[in-house]
Amino acid sequence: MLTVVIIFLFFAILLYFLLGGADFGAGIIELFTSDSNKSRTRATMYQAIGPIWEANHMWLIIAVVILFVGFPDIYSTMCTYLHIPLLAMLMGIIARGTAFAFRNYDAIKGERTQALYNSIFVYSSFLTPLFLGIIAGSALSRHIDFSAKDFMTAYIYSWLNWFSITVGLFTVALCGFLAAIYLIGEASDEYDVKRFVKKAKVLNAVAFFCGGLVFLAAETNNIRLAHWIFGNPVSLTAVIAASISLVLLWISIARGGKQLPRIFAAFQVSMILLSVGYTHYPNFIMGKNDKNLSVLANHATAETIDSLGVALLIGSLFILPALFYLFYSFREKHGYEDFH
Amino acid sequence: MNDFLAARSQMALSLGFHIIYSCIGMVMPVFMAISHYKYIKTQNPVYKNVTQAWSKGVAIFFATGAVSGTMLSFELGLLWPKFMEHAGPIFGMPFSLEGVAFFIEAIALGFFLYGWNRFNKWFHWATGIVVGVSGILSGILVVSANSWMNSPSGFDFVNGQYININPIKAMFNGAWFSESLHMTIAAFSATGFAVAGIHALMIYRKQNIEFHSKAFRIAIAFGAIAAILQPLSGDISAKHAAKRQPAKLAAMEAYFHTQEYAPLVIGGVPDTVAKKVNYGIEVPGLLSFLVHDNFKQEVKGLDQIPAQDQPNVPVTHYAFQIMVGFGLMMMAVGILYLIAVWKKRGWLSKGWFLKLFIYSTPLGFIALEAGWTVTEVGRQPWIIQDVMRTADAVTPMPGIQYSFYLFSFIYFTLSLAVIFLLQRQIKMVPEIYDVKK
Repeated sequence: MLTVVIIFLFFAILLYFLLGGADFGAGIIELFTSDSNKSRTRATMYQAIGPIWEANHMWLIIAVVILFVGFPDIYSTMCTYLHIPLLAMLMGIIARGTAFAFRNYDAIKGERTQALYNSIFVYSSFLTPLFLGIIAGSALSRHIDFSAKDFMTAYIYSWLNWFSITVGLFTVALCGFLAAIYLIGEASDEYDVKRFVKKAKVLNAVAFFCGGLVFLAAETNNIRLAHWIFGNPVSLTAVIAASISLVLLWISIARGGKQLPRIFAAFQVSMILLSVGYTHYPNFIMGKNDKNLSVLANHATAETIDSLGVALLIGSLFILPALFYLFYSFREKHGYEDFH
Repeated sequence: MNDFLAARSQMALSLGFHIIYSCIGMVMPVFMAISHYKYIKTQNPVYKNVTQAWSKGVAIFFATGAVSGTMLSFELGLLWPKFMEHAGPIFGMPFSLEGVAFFIEAIALGFFLYGWNRFNKWFHWATGIVVGVSGILSGILVVSANSWMNSPSGFDFVNGQYININPIKAMFNGAWFSESLHMTIAAFSATGFAVAGIHALMIYRKQNIEFHSKAFRIAIAFGAIAAILQPLSGDISAKHAAKRQPAKLAAMEAYFHTQEYAPLVIGGVPDTVAKKVNYGIEVPGLLSFLVHDNFKQEVKGLDQIPAQDQPNVPVTHYAFQIMVGFGLMMMAVGILYLIAVWKKRGWLSKGWFLKLFIYSTPLGFIALEAGWTVTEVGRQPWIIQDVMRTADAVTPMPGIQYSFYLFSFIYFTLSLAVIFLLQRQIKMVPEIYDVKK
């Protein structure tokens, strides 16, 4: 049953990254859209994520619950040493979630209030994945010091290092990229399609650049990133698969594809996560002096894991078909009655 | 402000706000579904308007409830890592199921909000019902996790080790039923009265009377019945507290000295030094009767509980008095409403009668917050009753007061924003929903 729980944990993280990430990305794209096109982007985005957007963020809750029920040591370690970036991420989540709801459900669409909701939404769309990336980077960066005595070592340097920050930026770029690819399929006319294709190209380049920065930062922080990715056959294959799918993605976009590029983009990002995840598996947190927390060693007792696994299996019987039907029902984005 | 106090304040603040958002978020969908049902049955467009107007409220509260709930799932670890390290695997079952229920609620809400004229009308209606049912289930599950802290079970605590963990037993701990029942009824009565009060105000101001009357009647029906039932569930809860948490019960009643024919003290100012209550009204034997169903039997007082294991008596006592006082007022108003419906239909349009509901708008939520204070402050100094002290669970990270200031700022801003948005929704009712136009 432990395997089931671990699979659920990794899938919840992956799905949050893909679905929630595309969601964040939509806000990031809005942030970098010229004023004249902002309202068009906003309209497309609202059509695209309105019905499904709350559900996308549930994957984070599922992942957190699995962590604190099944892997309490990992959860409490992260909460202690990464308190500050977690807090920053939470601020982003709360600002973003409420601003998105408020701008749609404010009965009076005033110019100034809408402008306020918009700016809260776009900046928090940038900050939340930045800190998510920082947290992910920190978990693997060997900067968490379990024997730290002073405040800075324990609670600041655990996450404030070049590696974590570049991973954060890379995450932001990937989210933007995912969203751009997703929005291409949602655009209502050629003009918008072109705009989103251009955005996707720029963000792809930015992601490459940030990826390069991650490698540089890894060198500075003594992290053997190249070894992580190229050092074992599975990670290497995953990276090659990601690269091939990126090429296919652009070919498919050039041919006017809408669904196919999404699949390639999701596949590509999944492969990147797989590559990094596989190297470290089963370690979830890698701290200073080779102190690691692993999903195979630091889990709750069998009774807890069993009941958690059963709850997740039964839950997914309800969630997955309903979620699938939700996506299916709103695949045609245009034409539902908008009563706001 | 020291870190421990800051951590407790931040947790109290976060839960205090979350409880409002989530109660409204779980009860409003039920009102919405009733109104939707009436619309489908009668085809009266006013019911459709009420449904849609409420659904916007649901969307606003769901969004705020969802983010404040996400914050809480992290705050538990950010503030109380030692607690979560041990408690997570034991009381995690209701949380995992709650995650599932919450997920289903989010999916169903997507269907409902965006599903007008898109689906079969009964399918669309059913998605609204699913929102309500999964919301209520989420509430029950979360409360059963809290009741585990009051009445820990499903494990053995031997030499500081938590062994023989049984998550199912932990979920169905001794207090889960009484606490969940009390909380669910409280959610219905508080939300019912708050929603009814706002619509009563609009009727009083003679604005869109038909719209607001229909809305008022649905909300107050739930509010009144819940308020009338609540004392019964309160009685069950008090008996449970007497059995499992005598210190909490004694603090609620400011009951210092163990005795037979234990009196019930109404109101009063507890003096913890002199160990007596000044200016209170004492009803001899009533506490014995409420706890044991006879007037004679001894009730355990604070004198039998070591000082370091006692909660703050005045806070618990005052909170309890407020909860009971306001609860009884709501019950009285609820009874008057039922009398009006059955015997005195004329009252329903009278100014004084409407004013009664306007003034009752906040009562339920004040009682609810007071009740929550009784549960939480009354459990202190324990985070897990008789097993782990709250002070031993707090994070080692210093500087928590800054985090507390930040959270205070966010929650107050958020609440102001929600009030602002609701005001604008209500203000726009004539523009958006006036059927005559």
